[in-house]
Amino acid sequence: MRIKEVIEILKGKVICGKDSLNTEVKMACGCDLMSHVLAFIKHDNTLLLTGLTTSQAIYIADAVNIKAICFVRGKQPVEETIALAKERGMILIAVDIPMYEACGRLYQRGLVGCSEYEHKG
Amino acid sequence: MGGYIKEVSWGVPNMSTKAKVSPTKTQELAYEFKVKDAMTAEIISVSPKNTMDDVRKLLQNERISGLPVLDRGKLVGIISIDNFIDCIMSGRIDEIVENNMTTKVESLYSDEPLIHAISKFDKLGYGRFPVLEHETGKLVGVITKGDIIKCLLQKLEINYHMEEIQRYRASHIFEDIKSDKTTLTLNYKIKGGDYKHAGEQSGYLKVNLLRLGISPPVARRVIVASCEAEMNIIIFSKGGEISARVEEDRIRVNAIDNGPGIEDIKKAMQPGFSTAPDWVREMGFGAGMGLPNIENCADEMKIDSKPGEGTNLEFSVFMER
Repeated sequence: MRIKEVIEILKGKVICGKDSLNTEVKMACGCDLMSHVLAFIKHDNTLLLTGLTTSQAIYIADAVNIKAICFVRGKQPVEETIALAKERGMILIAVDIPMYEACGRLYQRGLVGCSEYEHKG
Repeated sequence: MGGYIKEVSWGVPNMSTKAKVSPTKTQELAYEFKVKDAMTAEIISVSPKNTMDDVRKLLQNERISGLPVLDRGKLVGIISIDNFIDCIMSGRIDEIVENNMTTKVESLYSDEPLIHAISKFDKLGYGRFPVLEHETGKLVGVITKGDIIKCLLQKLEINYHMEEIQRYRASHIFEDIKSDKTTLTLNYKIKGGDYKHAGEQSGYLKVNLLRLGISPPVARRVIVASCEAEMNIIIFSKGGEISARVEEDRIRVNAIDNGPGIEDIKKAMQPGFSTAPDWVREMGFGAGMGLPNIENCADEMKIDSKPGEGTNLEFSVFMER
């Protein structure tokens, strides 16, 4: 699924990275715990949905090669977070709906979770 | 017309003019992208009742060479440069579009792979195709060869940029230096309590490992573990250091702090066990996954810790053979 479809489905707003909305994500992970992000995201092309908007979210996401983060529940990152994401060429989007709904809508449209992707091989 | 397309190399393997990228890459991209990724969504159109002189103005002002004809939102024809020339030659410039347009319109669907568009351009030699939405048949855009070239070049530029980063590697130093054993050490100071920059140093380590030519899966495991170790130093200690040694067969990382030390290492290794304060948890850390995470990523791990003195966590990730 391309990021621009994610934005369409979730009625999201682009915070940064609007030139690379054709980037494709193959799976998604909804998570507020950064340790879980580190533990469970094993492939590039993963979309991270999170409520954590601090700079660590960017550092951690970058560690596991995440190209796009979707902030849920209408949370807006501060300038510093955005600057870090820009430096790393990451796409940031913000949606108003809560985590469960955001994940559900994407899942419904066929974007699988990390563990399913692994089983698919 | 078709020859023009071929000059930029769509990836036909035995072509004489080869672009700098491998042909298969362009071909791959043409399969990966959809028509809607390359098309222009802002549609400039005319109605069947407009005059051919209106068409002339649009072609001149917008610097385009053809137009879709829309009747109340529905695609009814297309005006090409050929239609326009015919019209001038026979002095029909004041006639309406309806009498001069091509009504048998070849179109593309927005969700078709780009390669379909390319072969259609090649086969029919047209300059543009209207793009329709599959479900509704509604006109959603127009695609030209120029659009396709722009889309593919943009993508190739990104890929090229990434390759450049990969190429800037220091891996040759291991080959250049003659010694029985060469080890490179990278040290990173970690400030205790500096949660704002948590993960930053591991990020630098990652970039450097990739530059050294370490394979991405190995680098990934090192970085995940190093992120957790960095976090532990920041959360629990007054500060410390992460030192990563690139050895012949492994990356060996030591995360050393003067912090409080670990009371019960066995307990600390249990997933979910955590002594982190609430404010740390609110930031998405301290879920008791740190040490188990490190253990999962590492091929070897050992903890040396004394309460009141400090901790030396060492882990290694083996190079892939």
